[in-house]
Amino acid sequence: MSSPLLARYAECIFWLARFVERAEDLARILEVHETYARDRSGVSDWYSIVQLNADGEEFAKKHKEVDGKSVIRFYLTDAENPTSIASAVRNARDNARTLRPLVSTEMWVQINMFHNRLAAIDERALAPGGLSPLLNEIKEACQTFTGITEGTFYRDQAWYFYRLGRYIERADQMTRLLDSKYFVLMRDADVANVVNIGQWLALLRAASGYHAYRLLHQSDLAPWRVAAFLLFNPSFPRSVLLCVREVEAAVGGLKSRYSLRGGNDVAEGIDQLRSILTARSIDEVLDGGLHEFIDFIQRYLAAITNRLGVAFFGHAPAVGLEWRGSEAWPPFEAGLQNQPQA
Amino acid sequence: MGDFLLDGYEPQGFYCELLRCPDNRALCERLARLPLADFRRRSEVAERALYNLGVTFTVYSQESAIDRILPFDAIPRVLSAAEWARIEAGIVQRVTALNLLLDDIYHEQKILRDRVLPADLILGNANYRPAMRGLDLPHRAYVNICGTDIIRDRDGTFRVLEDNARTPSGVSYVIENRHTMLRSFPDLLDDIGVRTIDDYGMRLVGAMRAIAPADATDPQIVLLSPGVYNSAYFEHVFLAREMGVPLVEGRDLVVENDRVYMRTIGGLHRVNVIYRRINDDFLDPEVFRPESVLGVPGLMRAYFAGNVALANAVGTGVADDKAVYAYMPRVIRYYLDEAPIIENVETQICREPDALGYTLDHLAELVVKPVGEAGGYGITIGPRASRAELEDCRAKLVADPANYISQPCIDLSVAPTLVDDRVEPRHVDLRPFAITGASTWVLPGGLTRVALKRGSLIVNSSQGGGSKDTWVLE
Repeated sequence: MSSPLLARYAECIFWLARFVERAEDLARILEVHETYARDRSGVSDWYSIVQLNADGEEFAKKHKEVDGKSVIRFYLTDAENPTSIASAVRNARDNARTLRPLVSTEMWVQINMFHNRLAAIDERALAPGGLSPLLNEIKEACQTFTGITEGTFYRDQAWYFYRLGRYIERADQMTRLLDSKYFVLMRDADVANVVNIGQWLALLRAASGYHAYRLLHQSDLAPWRVAAFLLFNPSFPRSVLLCVREVEAAVGGLKSRYSLRGGNDVAEGIDQLRSILTARSIDEVLDGGLHEFIDFIQRYLAAITNRLGVAFFGHAPAVGLEWRGSEAWPPFEAGLQNQPQA
Repeated sequence: MGDFLLDGYEPQGFYCELLRCPDNRALCERLARLPLADFRRRSEVAERALYNLGVTFTVYSQESAIDRILPFDAIPRVLSAAEWARIEAGIVQRVTALNLLLDDIYHEQKILRDRVLPADLILGNANYRPAMRGLDLPHRAYVNICGTDIIRDRDGTFRVLEDNARTPSGVSYVIENRHTMLRSFPDLLDDIGVRTIDDYGMRLVGAMRAIAPADATDPQIVLLSPGVYNSAYFEHVFLAREMGVPLVEGRDLVVENDRVYMRTIGGLHRVNVIYRRINDDFLDPEVFRPESVLGVPGLMRAYFAGNVALANAVGTGVADDKAVYAYMPRVIRYYLDEAPIIENVETQICREPDALGYTLDHLAELVVKPVGEAGGYGITIGPRASRAELEDCRAKLVADPANYISQPCIDLSVAPTLVDDRVEPRHVDLRPFAITGASTWVLPGGLTRVALKRGSLIVNSSQGGGSKDTWVLE
């Protein structure tokens, strides 16, 4: 017998997990740009980060120049930018504060201290040579939180919402990481050169997938293989497919173990997304356009979040959406109809 | 300034809680052998841990919200077994009388008819809730959680300064302070028998179950908080965790068919008992403040229908009014036919002409308090007031005498307290917490608040107060 879980708490734990995962993944994306990812002229394509978060307008309001310094500041320390690491950690901490009656004391203390540490960063930490250690520290703090949660958080309904949040966010951020580099890399794909290979390695390293990829493909670094690995590998803990399978397992476990009536549409939707991911070959995806495929996944994950809100968090259904049947889900084929122009 | 903790400590003629406590030689000797520098370092570590643990209250200004800890002084305040036995008995007596008083004024009003209390003092009181007339509560328990402020004068006599019968706060600090001592100063506690305080949450749950509506066999208890922006949010978190119950806000609750439910992931779930940390007037916008967004529309309907219990009951604020306080010795005699075990501080009720005259004649010697304020605000301490402050106080007294009481200025007892680089005497009080369901239980010890400013008599956290761990010896 477990005590009932408030709808508001379920939503907070879902978002707590998402924000911690988001902070970690943002740190990974910044790190890949800072440390490795420079093109042949030695200039890193910082604007791709702004593009992948669709922040062009907000960014332009604050910064005239698009360079490493402005982009790093915008995404690392700018508390006014809702898509920054600073905002993600503050939001995580605010949710944790609301959840203090529910989460373990260790979870609260760690995120609270992490937040205080991040709020106190000064300019020196952003100077050359300081950034990489700082991004690593952020990544580690997020991983510490994940580990503490793993080791101390009581396994009732709330645990399932924590997993839902973590894996939905991770899947979403993995698609962004891939999207941020793929275009540049594909553009240069015909030019076999060292820098290009360096970029692919950097992408894999940022996803902590370099070693696993090497185990599978000792001598091959074809772009399509890397994309397939990050999207479809069933064993890599950050692949989109593995994340979607975790979401599917969490929804199933939640519904069966706690006999919840709501959420059938979420279960059906995630099942559908998983079968799309397992049925597609990377060739089909690339033929239809990787960016379009990624965009489809992102919209699909957003639809799942909305439906979780209606099923479990007490949100009203969005106006005009049909809540039964599959027609309300983002249409899969639409993304693939735009064939690239020859 | 010396090398050891108590070197040069001198209570300056005040009653010292440490040195004059009987049976306390072991701790005194142990403290006297502690190097001052070492003690300071460990105190800093202890305070930092409190901050990181989030044992904090939030201070809001226009731009920012800052989390502050209640300053913690690591030199404990000690009560002997005999001293505690007397306090405990006195509090049980007092809480019993408060509950009898509330049951009476919301039912037959015998005490008013017998003219022990002036009827207008009760019926005209802003905190009297006429809607409570005739509602029968389980065990006739209105004040389920009570915090009684007790001081000690120059002779060491305990006196009640104030009853807190609405939503008294501070118990979380009592328990966190003990945990801090166990973490940072375990050597001080070695082999000294100190009464445990770990069962507060279980006692509280026991009382909440005792007051649950009779039809609830396994009652769902919740703690109702105004939310994360409330300065006492940490305490609400603490209590919910210690009780093992959900911490809810008004928006999590809904009333249907005069029954209270909470919104869960599986739909509506029935609630039977609410430990509410929200004042009466915010509980239900249908009945009290219509603009309240903290409360639950319809909650009072469910309450009056007997479908949900509230702790504390609605309408207890009339009993802890500072003017009613002055009558408490008479109230105790009236209902229990006993002398008060802990006396009040002698109090002039300025609504009575003789008392007003006496107060105006002795203004420079007296402490004048408005009856409706809490947190130490609006108090004039005669011996420390400037001429202008005294004249201001006089004008207010003449304009609205019923709003004031006056009391002699009491030299509160002191306890050795670490201040910067030395230990000095600082004034303290004591707030024990009593829980009442079927019967009354008192948490051994309570919150010792200490006025950290030199010479200050005001211990409130909003005005520079800190706290100490309170030990009741076995």
